[in-house]
Amino acid sequence: MKILVAVKQVAALDEDFEIRADGRDVDPEFLVRDLNEWDDYALEEAVRIKEAAATTVEVVVVCVGPDDADESLKKCLAKGADRAVRIWDEAIAGSDSIAVARILAAAARKEAPDLLFAGVQSSDQAFASTGIATAGFLGWPHTAVVAKLEYTAGASRARVRRELEGGLLHEVEIECPAVLTIQLGINTPRYASLRSIKQAAAKPIESWNLAALGLGAADVGEAGSLSRVRRMYVPDKGRAQLIEGDAAAQALRLAEIIREFKGAAP
Amino acid sequence: MSGVLVIAEQRRGELRPVSLELIGAARGLRSAADPVAVALLGAEPSAHVAAVSIAGVDEIIAVPLGVAEFEPDVFEDAVAALIAARAPSVVLVAHSVDSFGYAPALAARLQLGFATDVFKVERVDGALVATRGGYGQKVHVEVDFPGRATVLLALRPNVFKAPDAAVAGAAVAGAADSRRPPVTAFEPPAAASRTMGGRFVELSSADDIDMASAEFILSIGRGIGEESKVAQFRELADAVGATLGCSRPVADAGWLPKSRQVGQSGKTASACKLYIAMGVSGAIQHLAGMKHVGTIVAVNSDAEASIFGVAKYGIVGDVFEIAEELRRHFGGTP
Repeated sequence: MKILVAVKQVAALDEDFEIRADGRDVDPEFLVRDLNEWDDYALEEAVRIKEAAATTVEVVVVCVGPDDADESLKKCLAKGADRAVRIWDEAIAGSDSIAVARILAAAARKEAPDLLFAGVQSSDQAFASTGIATAGFLGWPHTAVVAKLEYTAGASRARVRRELEGGLLHEVEIECPAVLTIQLGINTPRYASLRSIKQAAAKPIESWNLAALGLGAADVGEAGSLSRVRRMYVPDKGRAQLIEGDAAAQALRLAEIIREFKGAAP
Repeated sequence: MSGVLVIAEQRRGELRPVSLELIGAARGLRSAADPVAVALLGAEPSAHVAAVSIAGVDEIIAVPLGVAEFEPDVFEDAVAALIAARAPSVVLVAHSVDSFGYAPALAARLQLGFATDVFKVERVDGALVATRGGYGQKVHVEVDFPGRATVLLALRPNVFKAPDAAVAGAAVAGAADSRRPPVTAFEPPAAASRTMGGRFVELSSADDIDMASAEFILSIGRGIGEESKVAQFRELADAVGATLGCSRPVADAGWLPKSRQVGQSGKTASACKLYIAMGVSGAIQHLAGMKHVGTIVAVNSDAEASIFGVAKYGIVGDVFEIAEELRRHFGGTP
């Protein structure tokens, strides 16, 4: 059987970032890239199913992104993925989560996995929609925010717990193939060993373009998206009143705040 | 395409509070051309008619479903049928775990304009513009939906103001029944669900702490770095008389039980008056559980941490050093 894990290389902002000249994104020079935290948990969950299986399970990671995303894919290979696929085309730039989902759905049709995992959301844009939109394009059963998964490789159903608001969980059974979006804390992702990092460096990353997936430029980018960025800006933030001084002075003021509270408390 | 369609959210027989916030947002978009309809989906949709009979709601649509609780296929098909029948210009849902489970698939299937975690929505020159956060909430992003006849927006909870109860009461009990929104029944197509056997599981807690009733919370986050440091903060919390809480990474790592987690998927610090956040960066999900607290003090080594955006007082510094110094003021060194 096969598990496809959709991963994203996310971007965090440098301390003194600048907005791009057209005002619609951050100047890429100020972006620091890494594997999305949620996707690390999704990959770990897939690798654990593989390791517990009596039969052969293939874990394939797929990423929509330019060539610098190879860095994140190498990380996934080092952590136990068997294959890594990167999909890119200039036309994909500017895609929203739905356009990315259309590409991932095409990749899933080609790979025909038994399960497709994605992170609940990305740490940068936090749409929380790529995985479930992929399910929408595929017409597959889907469940979001999975905090616990019981699945035996090859089974026709999985038992999952959705993490709801306020500490409540909802357990359901879902038919496979299914798309599950994986929540932080479902497992403890492993660190890659030096040996596995070395081995991963030697593994190839498959590179696909749109044509290979039967998609065209109109399916992706702004044309294939359901929203368009008009403007990006730095908001005026509410700002805490800073307590200055050395640690002793700061702690003294904090102690006063605590005493004021306790004096006022009934 | 016209009208604003609100999809109210229920769980275990209760109308979730965010449903009223959606109505509040819908009223801001309402016009003669865009009346507001509120859809109640569930096994007994009429149970909440009174709760959503609010001034500014023009119609209530009762959608009976064959399931008691949320199931993605059933909701997706029912809302798709509603959209097909009513052709609204805007559909509002909550940015909630249930919506995460079907709204993106619906938007993809019907090719609706779509944005999630929206905290501001307006019409600019007739076009719908939604604002959301980007890059870990460090920037704001305005998006629009050119060419989309229907736009589906998932609104962030605890942002839009729910209509106040007085207005709601007046609309129902006051001048009259003529002002009470009419209730229409809508039969969704029979849907086959591919998730089944749903049951709720309460968070089992290793300790019986009730974060919701704590008035003084000292919370620790990823910034404390490692499990061995937890003891120091537990001792500090005891010394200052605070309840020890935490943000998600600390609970996920198992350093503190999940019952101590403050935030969207954990507990809301409902009764809290003083909240000291040490090494908590301030992810939006954490803020959801504590940003309402009257006095928040944030201690963090990163001056850019989001937590300083909601705190009343900020200390930029080393959390361990501050913790040690603070400890001296409460009954000496341990």
